[in-house]
Amino acid sequence: MTTTKSRVVYTPSFTDGAEFRIPTFKVLKQDGSLYKGAKAPALDKDKALRIYRTMVTTRILDERMLAAQRQGRLSFYMQCTGEEAAVIGSAAALDDADMIMAQYREQGALAYRGFTIDEFMNQLFGNELDYGKGRQMPVHYGSKKLNYMTISSPLATQIPQATGYAYGQKLAGDGHCTITYFGEGAASEGDFHAALNMAAVQRVPVIFLCRNNGYAISTPAAEQFAADGVAPRAYGYKMDVIRVDGNDVLAMYEATKAARSLAVEHNRPVLIEAMSYRLAAHSSSDDPSGYRSKDEEAVWREKDPILRMRLWLERKKWWSEDEEKQLQETMRREVLETMKRAQKRPPPPLETLVTDVYDEVPPALAEQYEKLKAHIRRYPDAYPKSAEHAKGGA
Amino acid sequence: MTQMNMLQAINNALDTAMAADERVLCFGEDVGVFGGVFRATSNLQQKYGKARCFNTPLVEQGIIGFANGLAAQGSVPVAEIQFADYIFPAFDQIVNESAKFRYRSGDLFNVGGLTIRAPYGGGIAGGLYHSQSPEAYFAHTPGLKIVVPRNPHQAKGLLLAAIHDLNPVLFFEPKRLYRASVGEVPDEEYRLPLGEAEVLKEGTDVTVLGWGAQMEVIEQAVDMAEKDGISCEVIDLRTILPWDVETVANSVFKTGRLVVTHEAPLTGGFAGEIAATIQERCFLYLESPIARVTGMDTPFPLVLEKEHLPNHLKVFEAIRSSVDF
Ligand SMILES: Cc1ncc(C[n+]2csc(CCOP(=O)(O)OP(=O)(O)O)c2C)c(N)n1
Repeated sequence: MTTTKSRVVYTPSFTDGAEFRIPTFKVLKQDGSLYKGAKAPALDKDKALRIYRTMVTTRILDERMLAAQRQGRLSFYMQCTGEEAAVIGSAAALDDADMIMAQYREQGALAYRGFTIDEFMNQLFGNELDYGKGRQMPVHYGSKKLNYMTISSPLATQIPQATGYAYGQKLAGDGHCTITYFGEGAASEGDFHAALNMAAVQRVPVIFLCRNNGYAISTPAAEQFAADGVAPRAYGYKMDVIRVDGNDVLAMYEATKAARSLAVEHNRPVLIEAMSYRLAAHSSSDDPSGYRSKDEEAVWREKDPILRMRLWLERKKWWSEDEEKQLQETMRREVLETMKRAQKRPPPPLETLVTDVYDEVPPALAEQYEKLKAHIRRYPDAYPKSAEHAKGGA
Repeated sequence: MTQMNMLQAINNALDTAMAADERVLCFGEDVGVFGGVFRATSNLQQKYGKARCFNTPLVEQGIIGFANGLAAQGSVPVAEIQFADYIFPAFDQIVNESAKFRYRSGDLFNVGGLTIRAPYGGGIAGGLYHSQSPEAYFAHTPGLKIVVPRNPHQAKGLLLAAIHDLNPVLFFEPKRLYRASVGEVPDEEYRLPLGEAEVLKEGTDVTVLGWGAQMEVIEQAVDMAEKDGISCEVIDLRTILPWDVETVANSVFKTGRLVVTHEAPLTGGFAGEIAATIQERCFLYLESPIARVTGMDTPFPLVLEKEHLPNHLKVFEAIRSSVDF
């Protein structure tokens, strides 16, 4: 059976993909005032300030950790500078029990949920307190408590998983949904297409949030796709879609709130395309001067999402110069102190090499582990990080 | 001759191939104007234009599917997979398509022009998704060739041979050596034979075999062993599939002992295949069990990667136990 009920024509009739153009939803102007006809979402002062503080915290964390990487304290780092509104504005519109499946640049969503600076640092330094037991590169956070699925580096793999997770939520009938974040680059992967198609067919309560920040490492969006962004693809799957100014925290919040209702109340999957810009380098290993101009970056620096929200808060008399200064100072101090603490902590014990591969360590691996321990005892100086553990370990 | 690091040698090989034959194309994620995240394709777009060297959308199955089609048409694609860890989305295109194109069509069609380059291996603080050595997965697939260079000279000669080979070739580059390994590289075009191992050093007590970045590790281990009076024969396999059984067997006939090392996990690793074949060929000549020094049967760790990796001390210990057996 075919589900197509299309009109019949008798001469060749093509539809150009360029006809699918999707408008951009905006609420907040750069000066902190609202666009004519736009309405601020129902956000009370507490929540608005929680969003704002998280944006500032994330920015400071990013700046400090990039500096720490430059000083050689940290092997690697990735910033979300410029995209704070897209990530935090959307995360704030969810229920805390909704699942978040992120790509890697969404530290803001995790911070909004309450991940502490200590918890960030433990992962970044891969010390004994890192929930991931020092197995993954920096920024691959995860938190069971905060419903934040641990990050996997292979791009886009989390997108169909989000569809599956959300389908389980639908069956459980617990009124929750899953949001998955990804870049416009990752949206080229087959996994993205599989995820949207399955979500639409099965009517799954999942929100697909594409952070379109213009670049996938060095590849500009124009070399990523020929269409008008990622949003029009939703048409092909018969799915709800909205494009939002990703630097506009109020629009992101409002759009995600509405998307969540569609997902949870009507089992309609939604695609959100947040239009923003990756102000920083792709990662600490990248040098954007090799592929884009300072002028281009400057244009976007003018559209700073944090400043935009701050001006709105100031207009509402919810925020002041003094409070800003104080927040900046305390956060900087906290980040530095926490970093020192985390850096001093020992690495995870040697045993973490072989645990969690399976529920129990299989015999062959146990044997390899015993051999390794004997080897380390023989050459303790060659394995300083684990020599202590091996000596003590039975 | 010019002093080059391995990246420069690879870049030079691509440049040489593209200059000689306009059917040669390079593409993949970020390979265009930026020259790739490791800079292996630097300046190629500037020199040969966007039609022959370009960024693809971020989709590995697309990159290799596209490359298969292009190769079937008669072009000579050199596709880059940014990290060997991300070759798996293209697994179906490689294992079911590239490898079987010729066989299933009775050679009506083939993708012999295809070369796939991917940086592999650990030791760069890359954790479980930037450190894998996936050669054994592909070695199980008839129809592919798998090549791993150990230094800049090998990289250029083997890559040019891979590009000109009439079969699909996976070319795994040891990224730990990209900048660390420097040496003299001929400026002109030259090819090193695929399917042939190279005996780097002759010896009488034990054969030590590896490929890629493990060759450096072997060199250090062998230095230690020789100080203890053990004479080692060192072989770089260079091509994992099809591999050079003759050279390895001939060496083991002489030494009676074999130590094989690779970074990938032990179980199902390619060392197992080598050990099985060599014990079949050389059973009556063996003085000790064939030893495998490999990564552990775990995903690749981050903080404890040093413990996980088969380093020179572990290889040295295996050489010694093999000789003392
Ligand atoms: C399957 C896979 N291929 C390649 C990579 C290497 N890689 C890491 S990030 C990245 C670019 C991602 O761009 P985008 O999805 O647009 O997100 P952004 O970094 O812009 O936030 C690439 C190619 C990977 N991690 N996974």
